[in-house]
Amino acid sequence: MSVALILGLLLGAGGVQNAIPFVPNLRLGTHALETPFREPEETVVSVVKLEKRSSQTGAFPSGVWEQGSPGSIHSVLAQKPTPPLLSRLWRVLSLRDYNTRVVLLGTTMLGITAGIVGTFMLLRKRALVGDVVGHSALPGIAIAFLVMEGLSPGTGKWLPGLLAGAFAFGLAGAVSVMLIDKYSRIKADAAMAMTLSVFYGLGAALFTIVQKVPGGNAAGLKTYLNGKTASLIADDVWLFVGVAAVVLTLTMLLMKELTILCFDDQFAAAEGWPVFWLDTLLIGLVVTVTIIGMQSVGLILVVATLIIPPASARFWTDDIRRMTLGAGLVGGMSSFFGTIISALFPRMAAGAVIVLTGAFLFALSLLFGTKRGVVIHWWQQRKLRQDVGRVDLLRASFELIEYAVSDPTPTSEEMVAHEIPLGDLISMRAWDAASLRRLIGTAVRDDLMRPTSGDVWRLTESGAEEARRIARNHRLWEMYLMQYAHIAPSHVDRDADLIEHVLDPELIAELEHQLDHMEDNVPVSSHATSGSSSD
Amino acid sequence: MTVAYHRRPVIWDIDYDAPAGELIAIVGPNGAGKSTLIKAALDLVPKVSGEVHVFGQPYEEQRSRVAYVPQRTSVDWDFPVSAQDVVAMGLYGKIGWFWPVSRKWRKEAREALDRVGLADFARRQISQLSGGQQQRVFLARALVQQADLYLMDEPFAGVDAATERAILQVLRDLRSTGKTALVVHHDLQTVADYFDHVLLLNMRLVASGPTTEVFTEENLRRTYGGRLALLDQVGTRLAEGQ
Amino acid sequence: MQRVGARPTDDVCQTKSIMIHEFFQLLSGWSSLDTAIAGSAALTAMSCALPGAWLVLRKHSMMGDALSHSALPGVVMAFLFAVSMKQAGWISEAQKDAFLQVFLFVGAVVVGVGTAWLTEWVQRLGRLDSGASLGVVFTAVFALGLLLIRLDVDDVHIDVDCVLFGIIETAALQTVPGTSIPEPVLVNGAIFLINLLLMVLFYKELKLAAFDPGLATSLGIPARGIHYGLMAVTAMTVVAAFTTVGSILVIGLLIIPAATALMLSERLKVVLALSVGVAALSAVLGHVLTLTLPRMIFSRLGYPTIEDAGTAGMMSVTAGMLFLAALFLSPRHGVISKLIHRLRLGQKIAGDDILGLLFRFEEQTAIRPTDITVPDLVAKQNGISPWLMSLSVRRLLRGDYVSRQTTGELILTERGRESAKSLVRAHRLWEAYMAKHFELPDDHLHETAHRVEHFIDDDIQNRLQTELESPEMDPHGKSIPEKTEP
Repeated sequence: MSVALILGLLLGAGGVQNAIPFVPNLRLGTHALETPFREPEETVVSVVKLEKRSSQTGAFPSGVWEQGSPGSIHSVLAQKPTPPLLSRLWRVLSLRDYNTRVVLLGTTMLGITAGIVGTFMLLRKRALVGDVVGHSALPGIAIAFLVMEGLSPGTGKWLPGLLAGAFAFGLAGAVSVMLIDKYSRIKADAAMAMTLSVFYGLGAALFTIVQKVPGGNAAGLKTYLNGKTASLIADDVWLFVGVAAVVLTLTMLLMKELTILCFDDQFAAAEGWPVFWLDTLLIGLVVTVTIIGMQSVGLILVVATLIIPPASARFWTDDIRRMTLGAGLVGGMSSFFGTIISALFPRMAAGAVIVLTGAFLFALSLLFGTKRGVVIHWWQQRKLRQDVGRVDLLRASFELIEYAVSDPTPTSEEMVAHEIPLGDLISMRAWDAASLRRLIGTAVRDDLMRPTSGDVWRLTESGAEEARRIARNHRLWEMYLMQYAHIAPSHVDRDADLIEHVLDPELIAELEHQLDHMEDNVPVSSHATSGSSSD
Repeated sequence: MTVAYHRRPVIWDIDYDAPAGELIAIVGPNGAGKSTLIKAALDLVPKVSGEVHVFGQPYEEQRSRVAYVPQRTSVDWDFPVSAQDVVAMGLYGKIGWFWPVSRKWRKEAREALDRVGLADFARRQISQLSGGQQQRVFLARALVQQADLYLMDEPFAGVDAATERAILQVLRDLRSTGKTALVVHHDLQTVADYFDHVLLLNMRLVASGPTTEVFTEENLRRTYGGRLALLDQVGTRLAEGQ
Repeated sequence: MQRVGARPTDDVCQTKSIMIHEFFQLLSGWSSLDTAIAGSAALTAMSCALPGAWLVLRKHSMMGDALSHSALPGVVMAFLFAVSMKQAGWISEAQKDAFLQVFLFVGAVVVGVGTAWLTEWVQRLGRLDSGASLGVVFTAVFALGLLLIRLDVDDVHIDVDCVLFGIIETAALQTVPGTSIPEPVLVNGAIFLINLLLMVLFYKELKLAAFDPGLATSLGIPARGIHYGLMAVTAMTVVAAFTTVGSILVIGLLIIPAATALMLSERLKVVLALSVGVAALSAVLGHVLTLTLPRMIFSRLGYPTIEDAGTAGMMSVTAGMLFLAALFLSPRHGVISKLIHRLRLGQKIAGDDILGLLFRFEEQTAIRPTDITVPDLVAKQNGISPWLMSLSVRRLLRGDYVSRQTTGELILTERGRESAKSLVRAHRLWEAYMAKHFELPDDHLHETAHRVEHFIDDDIQNRLQTELESPEMDPHGKSIPEKTEP
C-alpha cells in the first residue's frame, strides 16, 4: 500500500488536495490526507528518497500533463475562506482581484487565439493535428532540459529554451505524420495515433530520467509543465498576449493565402503558391498555440480549444472571415465564462469548465445556428416537403380536371367549377389518405383549394392559376428531357417529378423559350398574371 | 510526356503541339488519362518523363499565363466562402502576398461572374449553387486570371443547358480574343460543334488535328475500341519491375 | 553503480564487448517481478492489438485515442457508484472491489459506445468532418470526467491520475489472492482470450464491414452494429489495459502493432497474427530496454544515478522502433528493399544497354570482335554513372555474357549475343507497335522503346509479333532479329 500512497503523492503533486490515491489495481485506500497546498518539489524529492523501488514506479504521471492543473485557478481565487456565492460572484465579476484579472485575461487571449488558428485546421480537415502536436512536444521539453542542464547546470528551466524544444518536437510530430501518410502504406489516422503515442512514450521515459538528474531540480520543471500549479502569473499572460498578437497578425496578413490553401490546394499549387510552406506555417501556428496553451489548460483541453470554437462558428455563418471571427469569439467566451464559473465554485477545474462551456456553446450552435443549425435545417426540410406536396397535389388536380374536361386546356372557370373527390386524387399518385388530407388541409389554409362537401374539394381562383403554372412547368421539363437528354420516355415522368422541385428560374426561362416553338399538348397560360408568362 | 500513378503508366508518350488561339477538345473514354494529362501539364502530378512548354518556354516560367479549371468534384463545396470569394482566388496571384482583396479586385471578380451569368449569385455560399452554377464559378475564376492558355477539366460534365450555353459563349469569346483553351470533354455529340481541334486520347495519343479531319468514325473506333491490352500488360510489367 | 561506470577506451572492439557484457550484466538483475511486469505487459499488449488492428483497417485509429480519454467519466462513475453502494450498506467492503470491477467494465462500454454514437451523431447532424466531431466529443467527455472526479463522496476524493493512469510496475505487484500470478495476467489475459474468441467468431463479418459497409448491410450484416460492437470491445479492452499499463501505452498498443503488421503483410489473417506478435514483442523488449538502455546511455553522459526509465514509455518507444524497422526492412514495402531493388534494376538496365550496344555495333560493322572498351561504354551511355557501368560490366563478365580481350575490348559471347538479340528484338518490335498505334514522330520512338525494352519478355514479344503480323523491319528500317529457337 505504501507504494500506492507514494504514487498518489507523486502524481497528485499537481495541486491535488485531500487526494486519496486510487491505485491501479482498483483498490481504494482509506487514508485521507490533510495537506494544504504545498510546494511540489519537496514532495517529489521526498518520494525519491523514501522508496528505493520508486525508481521504477516513478513513471511519468501522464495524467497531470494531459489535464493541466485542475483547480489551479480556483486555488488562487479561493484561497481565503469561502464567502457566500453572491459576494464571490461580485468579487470575481468586478475584477477586484489582481489574480482574477490576470487569469481571465490569459485564458481569454488563449481562447481567442486557439479559436482563430483552429478555424484553418478544421477547414483543412486536420482538426486532430493539435492533439498529435501536443503529445509530441513532451520529449522536446525533456531533451531541452537535459541539454541545457548538460551545457550549464542550473539553467535547465530557461523558458525560451524549453519552449523551443517543445516547438521543435511538436513540429517534428506533425511532420512525421505527413511523411508516414505520404510515403508508406499507413494512412493518416494511424500515423497520427502512432506518432502521438511514440513521442509521448519517449517523453514519459525521458521524464523519469529527468527527475533523477542530480542537482537539476527537475521537479520544478515538471510542475512548470503541469501548468504552473500556483496559477497563471502576469508574465505568462504577457507571453499569451505576445503570442496572440503574432498569431493574429499572421492570420490577418495571410487570410487569403490560408483560405486558398484550405479550399483548393491543387488550384493553389497550379497558381504557384508554395503549398508546402503554407502548410508548414499553419502547423507552426498550431504548435505555438498548443504549447503555450498546454501550460494553462492542459493538453487534451487545448485540443478542445482548437476544435470546438471553429466547429461552433461554422453553424452560424457561411463566410470564412466571419467564421474566423466567430471562432475567436466562441473561444474567448468559453474561456472567459469558464474561468469565472471555475472561480466561483470550489473544485471546478478551470480547464475542464472552459471546455465544457465551449461544448455547451457548441451544442447551442449545433441546434440553433442560423446557417447550418439542426433546427433551421429541419425547418427548411419541412418547408421543402410542404412545397413538394403542394406541387404534387395541384398537378394531380389539374390532371384530373384536364381528363374530365374534353377540351385539352381547361379554362379557369372550368377549373374552379370542377369538383375533386378524395378518391380520385388518391388514385393519381402513391400517397395514402391521411397524408393527402394533410396536404389538402394546408392547401385550404393557403387559399388554394376550398372544401365543397364531405370529401370533395374545389380549386380556388389562385389555386387554379397555380395548378396551371405547375402543370405547364412540369410538362416543359418533360418535353425538354425527351427532346435533349435522350431519356427513354417511360422514365421521363419519374425524373420530371424529382427535377421540377429543384428547377431554378433560369432554366424555366430557357424552357419557355423553347415552348414558344412548340404548341401542341402543352397548357398555354391563360393570362398575364400567371407565373410562367410574367417573366 | 509519360505520366504514371504508382509507377504504372497512365498515359504513354504524349507528344502534342497545341495550336495557339484555338479551342481544343481532349476526348477519350473513361480511364484514358484525360484529367491526368491536364494535371501533369500543370505539374500537379509528377511526370515520368517529358516536359511542358507554354508559348515556347518552360511551364514554370509561364505559370501566370495559364489558368486551370479543375473538376467540380475536386473541392469541398461546403467550404464557407461565397461565389465571389472563389472567383477572387484567381486574382490572389496578382494581389500578391499579404495584401487584402480590395474593392477594385472584388469588382473585377463580380464582372467575371457577370460574364458567366451569375452576377446575382455573387454573395451566395457556394454549396447553395446548382452544379452548373458551381462550374461557372470555376470558369469565372479562370477568366479573372486573364491567362492566355486555359486548361479545363470536364467543364461540361453534369451541367444544365443554361450553363452549357454560358460556358460555350465564354469559350468562343476567349477564342475571338486569341486565347487558347484545352478542354477535357466527354460528350461526343457536341465535339464537332464546339471545338476546332481535337485530341483523341486513350492512354496514348490516338490522333490529333482539326476536328473536321480527325474526328472521324475510324479514329473514334480506335480511341474507344478498348484499351490496348498490350499496353496494359507492359504497364504492369513496368510497375512490377521498378 | 560502479560496475557500469563509463570506462572510456580507444579500442572499439573492447567497447563493444564491454557494452554487450554490460547489457547482460544489467539484465542479470532480472527478478521475478520483472517477469511479472513483462508478462503482464505482453498480455495487455496482445489484448489491445486485436481490436486495434480493426481500428486501423477501418481508418478509425484516432478512435483509440478518443476512447482511452473518454473512458474517464465511465471509470469515475463506476467508482462513485461502488462507493455509494457501500455507504448505503448494500454491499460490504470486501464485495466492493468485485462490484467495482464489474461497474468499471460496464461504465467503459457505456461511455465508449456513447462516445462513438455521439461522434457519429454530431458528424451527421452538424455536417462536420469525422476528425472534428471526434475532437469535439472526446475532449468534452474527458472534461466532464475531470469535473466528476472532483465531486465529493463523503470527503473521499479520487485522484484522477491514479484512476486513469495505471503504472505497470505497481500493477504487476498485485497478485491474485492465494497464488503468485500477477492480477493483470489474469484480467488482461482473460480480455485477450475474449477478444480472440470474438474476432474468430465474427471474422468474416468484421472483414466485410471494414472493407465495404454498404455491401455488408445489403447482405444482412449489420455494419453499424459491428461498428458499435467493436467500439464496445475496444473500450473494455482499453479500460482493462490502462489500469494496468497507463494510457500512454494503450493508444500505442492499439495502433502501432497493427500498422507494423500492415507494413509486413498483405494478408488479413497474417496481419492480425503479426499484430499480436509485434505487440507481445514490444512489451517484453520494452521492459528489457528499460532496464538496460537508459543506464547504459546516461552513465556515459555522466549521470550514473539514472537507473531506468518508465517501462510504459519505453514500451511505446520500442513499438515505434519496431514500426520503423518494418518501415525500412519490410521485404515488400520496406524502404531498403525498394532501394536494393532499384539498384538491381539499374544494374540490369545498364547491363542490357551494354549488350544492346555491342550487338548493334556488330550489326552495323559486321566486325567481330568489336573494339569497344569499358571507358567507351561509359562515354556513350550518358545518364548511367561510371560506377554502375563498371559494376554491370563485371556482372556480365561473371555471367559469361561478354568476354574481355587482352587489349581491353569487350566482345559478346554466344550467350550474350542471344540475350542481346532478344533485347534488340523487343526494342524494335515495340517501336513498330508504337508507330502503329501512337501518333508520334519517328524520332520519338526510340526513347520509349529504350525504356520499355527491359520489361518485354518472350510472351509479350510473341504477342507483339502476332499483332504486327511478323514484321521484318522496324520503323527506322532496321531488321528485327528472328527469335532464336531454344
